[in-house]
Amino acid sequence: MSLVSIRDVRKSYGAQEVLKGVSLDTGRGDVVAIIGRSGSGKSTLLRCINGLETYQSGSITVDGMAVGDGKTDLRTLRRHVGMVFQQFNLFPHLTAGENIMLAPTVVVKEQKGEARAVAESLLEKVGLAGKFDAYPSQLSGGQQQRVAIARALAMRPTVLLCDEITSALDPELVNEVLKVVERLASEGMTLILVTHEMRFARDVGTKLVFMHQGRVHEEGPPKALFGQPATPELAQFIGVQP
Amino acid sequence: MIQHLNFGDLLPYWDVFARGLLFTIVLTLTSTVAGLTLGTAGAWARTFGPRWAGALTRAYVEIIRNTPFIVQLFFIFFGLPALGVKLSENTAAFIAMVVNLGAYSTEIIRAGIEAVPKGHLEAGASLAMSRWEIFRHIVLKPAIMNVYPALSSQIIIVMLGSAVVSQISAEDLTYAANYIQSRNFRAFEVYIVAALLYLLLAIGLRALLRGIGRAIFPKG
Repeated sequence: MSLVSIRDVRKSYGAQEVLKGVSLDTGRGDVVAIIGRSGSGKSTLLRCINGLETYQSGSITVDGMAVGDGKTDLRTLRRHVGMVFQQFNLFPHLTAGENIMLAPTVVVKEQKGEARAVAESLLEKVGLAGKFDAYPSQLSGGQQQRVAIARALAMRPTVLLCDEITSALDPELVNEVLKVVERLASEGMTLILVTHEMRFARDVGTKLVFMHQGRVHEEGPPKALFGQPATPELAQFIGVQP
Repeated sequence: MIQHLNFGDLLPYWDVFARGLLFTIVLTLTSTVAGLTLGTAGAWARTFGPRWAGALTRAYVEIIRNTPFIVQLFFIFFGLPALGVKLSENTAAFIAMVVNLGAYSTEIIRAGIEAVPKGHLEAGASLAMSRWEIFRHIVLKPAIMNVYPALSSQIIIVMLGSAVVSQISAEDLTYAANYIQSRNFRAFEVYIVAALLYLLLAIGLRALLRGIGRAIFPKG
């Protein structure tokens, strides 16, 4: 059974329909890379999974919990679904360590000492041991994004959503973030990523999803799709001759 | 006619000045703490609170910001007894200051809240935080940081505006000055001293607020 199951989800902003019946299954340990042009609905779809966006029809379940049916408490859901954003969104008044400790202490009511130990080990994991007391403004974009990943991981999510997490970074900082994500993938973390990093999608992804005009236009194993796109739209998007 | 300044006539009244000064300081500090608390609650109501609380707060803010402070003060001191609420001069002065600063700081802090990037709220929500937890732990401090200079200025304005409470015989610095010059008729000297004391108070208060800002907000 799939961990994240999306069934015929439709969403519109006024008369503009941005998701026109999207279905997608993500199994435990999958690394799903969603690609597509801007405006194709990728980010909106991702944001529907943890309830940051609502949708009009269809259904989404995460680990058996229905999202957006009004019955599941969003906070319960979000304890299982982590999210990392394009703009990092670190809290500027807290240090890197405090950013990571905030939700575990406030939401989960972990003891300070315990949360601190977890935060320290997570910072080490993302290659930022020793940056516990640094404020976001003292960190580079790549470092901030790695703190943001550690912050999401501190809640021990079942699935991690990554919304174009390298798009706001200078080119030379992209790799340090991707390496962290790659390591998570190799450890078996379930990941759903919206990304423009094609090489990453091909090498790390277990499933590639190409969205086009609010629909899943093509999906399958990344290497196969990149090698032989079935549709002219995907071929054009990744720049190969069909 | 050139009058010679004579500050010597003020000396016997130094303790009156001292008491007035102390009263103004205590009144300013206590009403600042209470007023900012009220302002924070008001800003919460306008941005994160239920609709009815937002509407109520909005009415309060509009009424206070569009009427003179002295009228508010008179209303509380002379008006409320008609409703059976009888207050001492000092209590009335304190309440008027709190109500006044509360309204202005509601608007200032609300602006600070609105300047907090929406992404930070979404990050908090994604971490399973409740709306209250988001406000308390993610929004409040950056919001106040955003508007701290404006807030500091408002506090100074309220401190200087507290001179008006002498009108209901609350025994502040201006009341002391009025009292002394009515005894020794050295109005010029008395108000020079009073003005200087207010100036020093304002400079001191500004330095204090700067220090507090430095202590609670991270650098960088």
